[in-house]
Amino acid sequence: MGSSLIAPLLSHKREGHFASCQSRVSRDFPDCERFVNVTNGLALTTGGGALWWSPMEPQKDYVLRTVEERGVRLIRLWFTDVLGQLKSVAISPAELADAFDEGLQFDGSAIDGFSRVQESDVLAVPDASTFELLPWADPEEPSGRVFCDIRNPDGTPFEGDPRWVMRRSLAKAAEMGYTFYTAPEVEFFYFRHGDPDQPLTPLDNASYFDLTTADVASPLRKRTITMLEAMGIPVEYSFHEDSPSQHEIDLRYTEALSMADNVMTLRLVVRKLALDRDLHATFMPKPLNGVQGSGMHTHMSLFENDVNAFHDAGDDYGLSKTAKAFIAGLLHHAREITAVTNQLVNSYKRLVAGDEAPTFVSWARNNRSALVRVPVVKPGKESSTRIEYRALDSAANPYLAFSAVLAAGLKGVQEGYELPPEAAADLYTMTRGQARTKGFDELPMSLSEALDVLEESPLMVDVLGEHIHEWFLRNKRAEFAEYRREVTPFELRRYMNTW
Amino acid sequence: MTEPLLVFPDPPPPELVRTLDLGGYNWKAVGSAQEPEGRWLGAVVAVDENPEDAFGFCRSLNRRGLDIPVLLLISGARLDELEMRDDLYTDFCLTPFHQRELEARLAHLVWRSGTALRPELIEYGPLVLNVETYQATITGRPLDLTYMEYELLKFLASSPGKVFTRETLLSRVWGYDYFGGARTVDVHVRRLRAKLGEEHAGLITTVRSVGYRFGLSRWER
Repeated sequence: MGSSLIAPLLSHKREGHFASCQSRVSRDFPDCERFVNVTNGLALTTGGGALWWSPMEPQKDYVLRTVEERGVRLIRLWFTDVLGQLKSVAISPAELADAFDEGLQFDGSAIDGFSRVQESDVLAVPDASTFELLPWADPEEPSGRVFCDIRNPDGTPFEGDPRWVMRRSLAKAAEMGYTFYTAPEVEFFYFRHGDPDQPLTPLDNASYFDLTTADVASPLRKRTITMLEAMGIPVEYSFHEDSPSQHEIDLRYTEALSMADNVMTLRLVVRKLALDRDLHATFMPKPLNGVQGSGMHTHMSLFENDVNAFHDAGDDYGLSKTAKAFIAGLLHHAREITAVTNQLVNSYKRLVAGDEAPTFVSWARNNRSALVRVPVVKPGKESSTRIEYRALDSAANPYLAFSAVLAAGLKGVQEGYELPPEAAADLYTMTRGQARTKGFDELPMSLSEALDVLEESPLMVDVLGEHIHEWFLRNKRAEFAEYRREVTPFELRRYMNTW
Repeated sequence: MTEPLLVFPDPPPPELVRTLDLGGYNWKAVGSAQEPEGRWLGAVVAVDENPEDAFGFCRSLNRRGLDIPVLLLISGARLDELEMRDDLYTDFCLTPFHQRELEARLAHLVWRSGTALRPELIEYGPLVLNVETYQATITGRPLDLTYMEYELLKFLASSPGKVFTRETLLSRVWGYDYFGGARTVDVHVRRLRAKLGEEHAGLITTVRSVGYRFGLSRWER
């Protein structure tokens, strides 16, 4: 049923008669009321979300069959709260078919960002296309995981679900004819333990690209990659990063929703394998003083069907008009999206001059201090034309962060923003005053400042939806207020004996 | 005809041998169910010579999960021994048999094997795809694939050596109007290669500026 239903839906969309879809669908498939309802929120109210929905019925059959054939004992339903923490509820195989059809009902009020005033029950509806067996499960008792969309009891999408935020943003891109691809470079640290009351102990003092015995975590990193690949997450590079015990795993580009799922999976896999070795892995943006923190530089591109919409052979930079407007959009709205791309108090300790992190709103080709970098594309590899957004850090909620950068970029394309000139000078060395006179705006210097900008941003209300926008502000303001009350070691060191 | 018939005991009764050979069957006589490795079209078991061993043989076929149809040759005097053994055989033929009857029953046995009982498999080197159960294995190890990865692999492996453009793959595997564009194909090929592991990633090769190919072309084999 699935493919025959989706096909007319899609061709209608292509012909621009989207509104007629619903009647067409109900007329031709009178018996699939439920399916129509499910697509309702995605396809008809936003005009395009269903485009990502591969026909689901065969996918569900496939998963149910696999569960049976492989003797899977436990299925973990995964979803993400607004702050980007992975949540999981396990069900037995017998429950899976019902979960596909009706969703699994649970009380959302205990989940960060899910609580509402009147209604607290929500449904977790597994997305069959994301089902994977967990490679670390006991082979005698296999278990699987599947990412879920969160819905209201009436079947409409739940506005507090970050995956829904992402679906909405992607639907918007689809309306404009684009698919959005991302490839993040995820940085993290290994430590001997995760006890904040003890001094942090890195595993080594190795540095960038080091291949020496100093890099003791190398076998651990290798195991991590093997496991990611077994879960269908291809890794492009991995290496020891600049700071002691800091590592980086670069994922191969894929469509942004899958990539956000992949980032969530990666964080779990990295942490779990470290724990198996009695080590602690952290994606905290800046765990150590004086060395660079963990970013999640994200490469992105838009495709129009098979064509890289960012590429233009005739341009000096190899960038199309679309790419330039997209970059302009990112720059124009950079301050507004920063609270989402850098959501912790700690995030802003990474965004300081000199630590390979951007501080000024700027773009450049080969200047790693810029906020947006345009990597050089090898001849013949034009389809890999992409841009890199360098503010994102490893603690961001990938669904919200990818949605935010996409929306900022698309806004630029929609409104035809002009791209300011490339930042040639090394912005690291500039003072704030110098940068200002040269016209470079500054990224927010604290979570508090970022929240002020977020609060005033109509773009971000649109991206996040009112529910998340409001909840996020409230939650993060509380985090900052708590932080402000804290007396830090810096203050003690600095003031105790001088005042 | 590809797989042989298993015949028990070894040596089988001469009149059975004659019928099998006249029918052009590929067969192999075995003395126990432990021996036969590989895949079999079915089994023909002559019971009369040593009934206990013969039923033991059938039972061990069951235990090994071979799931092949079994034809018993049994004398009318022993028919009551079939009681409570329904799970051990698919069909039987009374001995001494009429040659034309045995031929007909063999033909029927083979037909069953080809349609109803034998799972539809796609095999290439170390890779086996079971089309009925959606399961894939590589060198006997199960491959955990998502639906689209499985469908793509199945499509490619059905025509080893043939080069498919990304557009063809997109329309045949994803459906003619899938929105994602041919990038989707690249992404899934990468995922498949990652899951096949370093050793077998080369099963799917990129044919420069054309598309993808599974296995070797006819000229390279």
